[in-house]
Amino acid sequence: MKRGAVVSALCVLILMAAGCRQQTTGNAAGGKDGDGEPAYGDAIIEGTIGEPSNLIPMLASDSASHNISGLIFNGLVKYDTDLSITGDLAESWDISKDGLVITFHLRKGVKWTDGTEFTADDVMFGYRTIIDEKTPSAYKEDFLQVKKADAPDRYTFRVTYEKPFAPALTSWGSLVVLPKHLLEGKDITKSDMARNPVGLGPYKLSKWASGQELILESNKDYFEGRPYIDHYLYRVIPDPATMFLELKTGGIDMMGLTPIQYTKQTDTGFFRNNYRKYRYPAFQYTHLAFNQKHPWFSDKRVRQAIAYGIDKDEIVDVVLFGLGTPATGPYVPNTWPYNPNVKKYDYNPGKAKQLLKEAGWQDTDGDGILDKDGRSFRFTVLTNAGNALRKNTATIIQWRLEKIGIKVEIRPLEWSTFINQFIDKKRFEAVLLGWSIGLDADQYDIWHSSKTKEKELNFISYSNPEVDELLERGRRTFDIGKRKKAYYRIQEILAEEVPYIFLYVPDATPIVHARIRGIKPAPIGISYNLPKWYVPKSLQRHAMVP
Amino acid sequence: MLTYLAKRLLEMIPTLFGITLISFLIIHLAPGKPTDALSEMNPKMTPEARERLEKLYNLDKPIIVQYGLWLKRIVKFDFGESFSMDRRPVMQKIWDTRQPLLDRRLFITFMLNLMAMVIILMIAIPLGISSATHQNTLYDKITTTAVFLGFATPPFWLALLLMMLFGVYLEWLPISGLKSMGYDSLAMGSKILDRARHLILPMFIAAFGGLAADSRYMRSSMLEVIRQDYVTVARAKGLPEKKVIYRHAFRNALLPLITLMGLSVPGLIGGSVIFEQIFSIPGMGQLFFNGVMARDYPLIMAILTIGAFLTLLGNLLADIGYMLADPRIRTER
Repeated sequence: MKRGAVVSALCVLILMAAGCRQQTTGNAAGGKDGDGEPAYGDAIIEGTIGEPSNLIPMLASDSASHNISGLIFNGLVKYDTDLSITGDLAESWDISKDGLVITFHLRKGVKWTDGTEFTADDVMFGYRTIIDEKTPSAYKEDFLQVKKADAPDRYTFRVTYEKPFAPALTSWGSLVVLPKHLLEGKDITKSDMARNPVGLGPYKLSKWASGQELILESNKDYFEGRPYIDHYLYRVIPDPATMFLELKTGGIDMMGLTPIQYTKQTDTGFFRNNYRKYRYPAFQYTHLAFNQKHPWFSDKRVRQAIAYGIDKDEIVDVVLFGLGTPATGPYVPNTWPYNPNVKKYDYNPGKAKQLLKEAGWQDTDGDGILDKDGRSFRFTVLTNAGNALRKNTATIIQWRLEKIGIKVEIRPLEWSTFINQFIDKKRFEAVLLGWSIGLDADQYDIWHSSKTKEKELNFISYSNPEVDELLERGRRTFDIGKRKKAYYRIQEILAEEVPYIFLYVPDATPIVHARIRGIKPAPIGISYNLPKWYVPKSLQRHAMVP
Repeated sequence: MLTYLAKRLLEMIPTLFGITLISFLIIHLAPGKPTDALSEMNPKMTPEARERLEKLYNLDKPIIVQYGLWLKRIVKFDFGESFSMDRRPVMQKIWDTRQPLLDRRLFITFMLNLMAMVIILMIAIPLGISSATHQNTLYDKITTTAVFLGFATPPFWLALLLMMLFGVYLEWLPISGLKSMGYDSLAMGSKILDRARHLILPMFIAAFGGLAADSRYMRSSMLEVIRQDYVTVARAKGLPEKKVIYRHAFRNALLPLITLMGLSVPGLIGGSVIFEQIFSIPGMGQLFFNGVMARDYPLIMAILTIGAFLTLLGNLLADIGYMLADPRIRTER
């Protein structure tokens, strides 16, 4: 109950913020606003840097592919606007008392776009395909936890787990919904589906011109009602500067803006009149991680001192132009696992120096750099090359830490080299990186002490028995209250021990043409209700004859 | 002549073999694997799953065995399947027979570069000749400065400026891509016009940067030729200067350009990564760039092999061209 209140309060906040912006841009489309009734027709064009690779959801791991396949396929369940879980192709579901059996009751009468009815057999087929050894899917692990799956009747699908597994429920999204009648007996990796899918979602693919664009057409028989906008175009524009110019000339209707584009370059009359900007926390955070095996950083006081020596607000203001929030833990503020009451490290160089002194670091030779046992405090921060935000963040950290007597070198590395030669081999002192956060709260792989082998994600070798136990507890129950308690405690421990310095959660900042209405920003973003977006008849721009 | 050709063709085989071996080794030396996109930093990926995946692509075998496997396929002209997530045959990516000819990647890049080359030659040759005949005049100095300015200007920067001017402010030309939205519903004439309008900026950028080399070559070879005795003879005969330059000197001055053309053949395939990237042109340069980023070995190898083959072919053609054009070389052989 309490959670519901928190979430709805947040919605209000965001809606108000968006509302203000909409007021300033309100006279947008001139006096034609009067006939703003939802109407069918028009097209929306989104710009993308990367081209989708494969439209079968379980085979793709790039966001471009998932953006498109998300419009073509639906899952059994999905995240609601407030990140709670709600039914999609499943009308409802029951979880047995011991948390081992999940039974999904599917919607009746949903049709694939070729007219065949969607049934539990399709889910069963998808499940069998993803656990098949020959299917190269990055997502199989969640499904290998399933002990038994069966379909007692056409509209019921049931899975049994060895142990209760909380992330299990959300894994039954669109990954395993496949048209059995088209794929049975075929090698899925060679299937035509990858580029010419048959789905059941709000849109269907009508054309894919390689390297240029994908054209989607609305599915008039979509089970939640025909989408208002008839066509959705996904234009591949690899260069971000070109994409912004295309936005200016109306070549695209929608793109993600960089902080400088959001705050400066779109702050003109033209953009205020023709576009609307949105802003909400993205599901990711940037952090400075310390190698826990390094003798200097294995001392908690040193890590805390560095945390005091960095001004997170300054980083958000300078690097992100204010478009972000200082982070306090590995969750996005105002989502249910986020604990707002953890130890915070406000910028305090005095305290930083004092902690370092307690840990034995002092400037004995007067060169301005702290030293201990004859070695001065110098370390290298590794980060991936080509990410300007991270490079700028590292530079600010370098400057701040110099003030407390720590000399930092910054070394940007090409991604593959960075991962293979340094992260995997644990050859680093500190790294500046970011994580995308899954919508489920489980972060077992990042913090559990068993996940420190090569190629595993706890590459900083963090180990804390209490955290291990809490992580285990959090993923073994479906009770949101109990999960929340576990994750709250984990955040307290992480804030105290500082294995990472959590720097910031950036905002996602999309811009959409003002003629497109019906956009309702929520914690989950804006595109969740794309089928309900519309363009009033008088403002429609593209009449497409495909 | 025929035996010489046969010999040259046979010589190409070991060279090509060597090139592919070295390319194969080098791309495998780069850190990272094709499976990284699926498995790197992915919490849902266990070590077992990663091994399975690597096995699937034969990445667990020694590198020389992998090369052998690749070679076995290649002698049958099978470039294999891409390692990227779509796993399409590599040839289909390069030359998709299901698409109209105009939309196939190899064709797009080939045509763009061919057109750029023709434009460059059409401007560079007269420019080179006229600066040679007006050597050290103000005209010569201005053209020299202009072409070097073109050579020195970063193409991506100039491209963006032109896009701003013609696309955003004047709204005369489209900014990127090869065709407009709704292209399919246009009439034939408008279709051609639409494509042409999209090509103006990329062609200008490609030509502007390429002028320097060709026009300088032309200038220096012309300068060399007009000092020759036979030109003096022609002049002494009282031929008009136009005839001396364009009938007698010009043909001989063109010879070095044959080499230059031979060398530019691989560029016709490899394309320009930069302008394909900036103008969102779906050509080979873009494909190659993405292939390298994803460590898509079969795709990289296919493009490199085709490129190597064409380079060798270009050299051969240049030699043949020389032989046809210059009797002295013909008799020396």
